[in-house]
Amino acid sequence: MSYDKPLPVIDHDSAPYWDAAREGRLDIPLCDDCGQHHFYPRAVCPHCYSDKLKFDTVSGRGTVHTYTVSSRPPGPAFADDVPYVVALIDLEEGPRMMSRIETDDPEAVRIGSEVEVVFVKATDEVTFPHFKLAK
Amino acid sequence: MKNGREPVIVGLADAPLEGGRFAKNASVLGHCALVANEALKEAGLSMKDVDGLLTAGMWGVPGPGQLPTVTLGEYLGIMPMFVDGTNIGGSAFEAHVAHAAMALREGYCEVALIVYGSDQKSLRSRTLGGRPSVLSMQHETPYGMLTPVGGYAMAARRHMHEYGTTSEHLAEIAVSTRKWAQLNPAATRQDDLSIDDVMNSMMVSDPLHLLDCCLVTDGAGAIVMTTAERAKDLKTMPVSVKGYGECHSHWAVSEMPDLAHLLPAAKAGKRAMEMAGVTHSDIDVTQIYDSFTITVLLSLEALGFCKPGEGGAFVSGQRTAPGGEFALNTSGGGLSALHPGMFGMFLLIEATRQLRGECGARQVKDAETALVHGTGGTLSSGATVILQKGLQA
Repeated sequence: MSYDKPLPVIDHDSAPYWDAAREGRLDIPLCDDCGQHHFYPRAVCPHCYSDKLKFDTVSGRGTVHTYTVSSRPPGPAFADDVPYVVALIDLEEGPRMMSRIETDDPEAVRIGSEVEVVFVKATDEVTFPHFKLAK
Repeated sequence: MKNGREPVIVGLADAPLEGGRFAKNASVLGHCALVANEALKEAGLSMKDVDGLLTAGMWGVPGPGQLPTVTLGEYLGIMPMFVDGTNIGGSAFEAHVAHAAMALREGYCEVALIVYGSDQKSLRSRTLGGRPSVLSMQHETPYGMLTPVGGYAMAARRHMHEYGTTSEHLAEIAVSTRKWAQLNPAATRQDDLSIDDVMNSMMVSDPLHLLDCCLVTDGAGAIVMTTAERAKDLKTMPVSVKGYGECHSHWAVSEMPDLAHLLPAAKAGKRAMEMAGVTHSDIDVTQIYDSFTITVLLSLEALGFCKPGEGGAFVSGQRTAPGGEFALNTSGGGLSALHPGMFGMFLLIEATRQLRGECGARQVKDAETALVHGTGGTLSSGATVILQKGLQA
């Protein structure tokens, strides 16, 4: 089966993040100077503007900050997924990221729901970090 | 200190639509040129007077639209010496007014032409639909959020969570705006609309329904600005640009600093009102970008017309409808009049018409001061303009 949804155009900033996801880890930048994580990966820390950054494996735990249940897909490739939950996840380590919540019951998702990362393989190159409701 | 170089709006025009499509046949640049000519003509000016050109758009990308002022200047046959192609989304034209005002004050420009055109309805395109999955968007586009509505839906849900705002509150905005549209012969949608109609319309991106969303139409508009001194010799009643402000915060939705509060609008609005020396009670008519109902509610709060969390109560009971206490989006807005992709141009046109007293059945009585606030992107940018009737002391 070919994958016909949009794939990330991976660049030098993001390559270590996507490499880690392919290996089943959530790695995001951590600043040596201010000690804060950030997301999405950048070459300069958006908190203190330092370039002393390294990738750090984080817990993969977080909470739902907000979400929408998509009933209309943005393109035919997403039609089979409807309805699906796109959410902003507040990671335990601080940063916020967009992802999908894997659930058979979109009604069960709430703002504040605890979630944990799951890795969903799209292609040999790309694996997406999605989230599921924590037990 | 007055020196005659105070910025004023002296001309405007918008293209007639039929069923949301251009009534005349022309290319998108052709529509820009037609409205530009009309706006100059009503002031008693012509294209050869224009030495400042400002535009933003979504046409011709990739291609000549990547340098839009250059392409448009060429099409118009002019060689402007002040140009601004600032594109911060649908609020770009409020920012253009600010930038033109500064250029006029500085003596960098004498006659500034701000133009917008879009044939997205005729082309059946909405280019924001599939944002390429590059740079920051590689972390959002693959997850399949419908753009831009999904980001607005996430903000709406967060506002509901923090303050108890309801879908009914949002529907109040769609209904009051439709009532204004029913008084505007040029508005695209004029059929009756009830709160139940909005709440029973198709869910597009939960919690936003189809009728919480703006229209998709064609459209073209132009505004001509010059100095107070020059305006004395022109044919139209000048409208003074008294204050302005702009700000943006994010493109990726995950980077929005606060999903329930519109920080760019708060910053831009505060600066514009302070510059103009006006308070909320001075504002007679308000035009706020209504890409979605939630955009209006968040803007009203951020601009300080009510406190954070009070937006739902503020719009309840059709307070913003014709005959209500707060005259808002009197053309019928993006929700019911027209929405050609970047609506900010048409907020400025309607506010200016109100201050000139040209609005017929929808005219706000004795309107002297207007607040215009544009929002662009996914609640990404905000730009505010304060306008006053006549040449102000």
